[in-house]
Amino acid sequence: MPDLSINFCGVRSPNPFWLASGPPTNTAYQVMKAFDAGWGGAVWKTIGDPIINTASRYGSIDYKHERMIGLNNIELISDRPIETNFREISEVKKRFPKNTVVASLMVESKRETWHDIVRRAQDSGSDLLELNFGCPHGMSERGMGAAVGQVPEYTTMITTWVKEVATIPVIVKLTPNVTDVAHMASAAKQGGAGAVSLVNTFNSLVGVDLDTYAPRPNVGGYGSHGGYCGPSVKPIALHMVSSVAKHPTVGVPISGIGGIANWQDATEFILLGATSVQVCTAAMHYGFRIVEDMIDGLSQYLEDKGFNSVMDLVGKSVNRIRDWGDLDLNYKIVARIDPQLCIGCNLCYIACEDGAHQCIAAAERPRGDLRDGEIAKHVPRILEDECVGCNLCALVCPVPGCITMEQLDNGRATMSWRQLQEARGRNPQCTMGDLLAKGTAAD
Amino acid sequence: MHTGPKLTPEQLEENFADINPPLTPSLALEAASRCLFCYDAPCIKACPTEINIPQFIRQILTQNLVGSARTILSANVLGHSCGRVCPTSVLCEGACVLNAEGKKPVEIGRLQRHAVDHVLNRGINVLKAGKENGQRVAMIGAGPASLACAAELRRLGCAAVIFDSKPHPGGLNTYGIAAYKMRAEDSVRETEMIRALGVDIRNGVTIGRDVSLEQLEREYDAIFLGVGLGETDDLNIEADNIRRCADALSFIEKTKTNGFDHVQIGTQVAVIGGGNTAIDVATAARRLGAEVVYMIYRRSREEMSAFDYEYELAKVDGVTFVWQAAPVRVVPDARGRAQGLVCVKTELGPPDSSSRRSFRPIPGSEFTLEVDMVVRALGQKKLAFLQDIPNLKLDGGKVVVNAETMQTANPKYFAGGDCVNGGGEVVDAVAHGKRAARGIHAALAAQQRGVAHA
Repeated sequence: MPDLSINFCGVRSPNPFWLASGPPTNTAYQVMKAFDAGWGGAVWKTIGDPIINTASRYGSIDYKHERMIGLNNIELISDRPIETNFREISEVKKRFPKNTVVASLMVESKRETWHDIVRRAQDSGSDLLELNFGCPHGMSERGMGAAVGQVPEYTTMITTWVKEVATIPVIVKLTPNVTDVAHMASAAKQGGAGAVSLVNTFNSLVGVDLDTYAPRPNVGGYGSHGGYCGPSVKPIALHMVSSVAKHPTVGVPISGIGGIANWQDATEFILLGATSVQVCTAAMHYGFRIVEDMIDGLSQYLEDKGFNSVMDLVGKSVNRIRDWGDLDLNYKIVARIDPQLCIGCNLCYIACEDGAHQCIAAAERPRGDLRDGEIAKHVPRILEDECVGCNLCALVCPVPGCITMEQLDNGRATMSWRQLQEARGRNPQCTMGDLLAKGTAAD
Repeated sequence: MHTGPKLTPEQLEENFADINPPLTPSLALEAASRCLFCYDAPCIKACPTEINIPQFIRQILTQNLVGSARTILSANVLGHSCGRVCPTSVLCEGACVLNAEGKKPVEIGRLQRHAVDHVLNRGINVLKAGKENGQRVAMIGAGPASLACAAELRRLGCAAVIFDSKPHPGGLNTYGIAAYKMRAEDSVRETEMIRALGVDIRNGVTIGRDVSLEQLEREYDAIFLGVGLGETDDLNIEADNIRRCADALSFIEKTKTNGFDHVQIGTQVAVIGGGNTAIDVATAARRLGAEVVYMIYRRSREEMSAFDYEYELAKVDGVTFVWQAAPVRVVPDARGRAQGLVCVKTELGPPDSSSRRSFRPIPGSEFTLEVDMVVRALGQKKLAFLQDIPNLKLDGGKVVVNAETMQTANPKYFAGGDCVNGGGEVVDAVAHGKRAARGIHAALAAQQRGVAHA
């Protein structure tokens, strides 16, 4: 059985699956139930001066019959007294000493106030601190959360204050509502952060009720911008995690967050540099039990791939991410349709015809029904010489494995745009086509 | 006196409950979400009326149910009944690409009914009549072909008047569809939507008796024949003067108009025929309480013209199939009522003119079924009425038309539906009617231009 335990900033956790700071980690009751279910760690619902929430608080995006592919909230940090939260953290740590408990903190931007809450968090027995510099709604209007995380100087300054008294590792939770999240990770590192977690929620307005004209979620006919999360944000979060992992000077452990709902999502975050992953929306949707398959699926994956420890996976795909200018312009693929598998929906045809490069031909379908005998199979045809290898047809094809993208050996050596630019400088008399045809062998 | 089985009204209602009940909004969303939105979709190509099926399903998905109904009804004004009675497994659903992946097809028929029910139940009229163009067209028969023709003519701006001898409009849609598929009132309700377009439907009027053909020809610019077919074919055996021998159409009509508890039914019933109507009769007989129902067919299962799903339904209903047997005579009791049916076994030979295998009786193989009711379901006769129309060209009793315009050999007359195809589906009749309307409109517009030029 492969080892799922991780070492995050010197803290050992039974597995990389942590609950993110949010409604599922509001109380000791929930966190202990989650640990019983198998979660390796939990980031407590952000602790600070208790707030008052609105009703309603959540809005969501459905797609066809699929519910909640994206979730938006205008809920604030913990509405419970600070001392209650820390007392409950102590209880949880006593009952579950091996599981990781992270205290998420957010207070007003005063040095003494931060010193005070950090000391109390440490006294509670928390393993790590997470500074919530990411909340994009409500708290930011009061000068906290994203209001700090969006200004690198504030991020550095408050992290520095925390480090003045911190005896346990400090994670800074980053907001995605910035131009360059890696720059913010760098600011956190300068302040002494031992790790970063990202992403917090995306600033969003989830929708408008077409009958009442009120935004969703609706509070007495009005609404406010909120934080967006769930499966639909995963690709943006993956990019942000990888950009921090690739940053030349940040170099701290990452806790990945953003739309993770299963072991496959989690593994992608780990491959792109996350040591632990945090989950919230999926647990809000289906409950803590989802962790069972996350543990099982990741173990099976590690076993199948021959890894002894999940730590061996961390960052394995990071160096596969390059600048566009370093990608090979001579790599050639074309689409192939398996006529046996094709069901004749023509979705590849119309996608390529209207949305891409007009590289698929489809004969007009004759009229006819089964009363006249079998209906002839209708298979579109790839115009291989025209195919640019964009993938769109394979992406829209509803039949798994029906359209594949196959590599063509064009006999060319690799050549990236950057290499092409350099070759042009050396061979100004040659056309780009000639240079590409010669590849890097040109010199 | 009635001696057959007697079920309570509640049992009868339960037996004739909608065999394919409407989708709930949640089920409709789930069903609609399965549609792939194919391009140049095969379901459209397999629909005689060419409903833009992927479009109306997408409109269900976006909660645009009125728009969805408009998509359906603008192509097929009888979209409600077609959603319920079409043999979708050989039409749109049979062509659904999901079949090719071994999946169940999208439930197109039920989704169609879902969308049309939305507007029917709320009295929303989604179709609009066109600007009046002065053209006046009469339709003979108020069945699906004429209804579709009239609705399309109204959309094109023509005045449309339908004459029908029955008390209610709808033709076989009202009187001839198995009650568990659709009730008469649902068919009549659908015709109300067509009336709302300005179609004048005059029931209880028989052409040739109450109104002469000459009068119609004088008063209207064109006449559409949507007369369907005649009564059920005879058995041509010793039966026709024996009581408790019925024909399929009259039997079905009684279940549609009299109330189930007023339909006379035997305890042991023989149904003669192998088509979809024979199945309708057999299943109705079982549902009315007949203890044993034999379906007697001259050929074998392979040659039977009934659809597979109809055959399956009859099997589930407990109908007993007697293959390769032909009726010889009905045996009456002392009071002249059927008490038995003598049949003879048949053997099959090479294909005959109908391209099905031929059959011939095996001498000496007679056997007798104890039955107290015999229903013949052998197809319908051609209407003698058509002989009265001057210059109409008939082929085997069927009206010959131009396939593009549905114009007959007599240019004033157009025709569609069963009187042209010899007996088809409701949706085929609707397609004919719609095509004829366009043909009529184009022909009359050409006439008007000709007059203007003269």
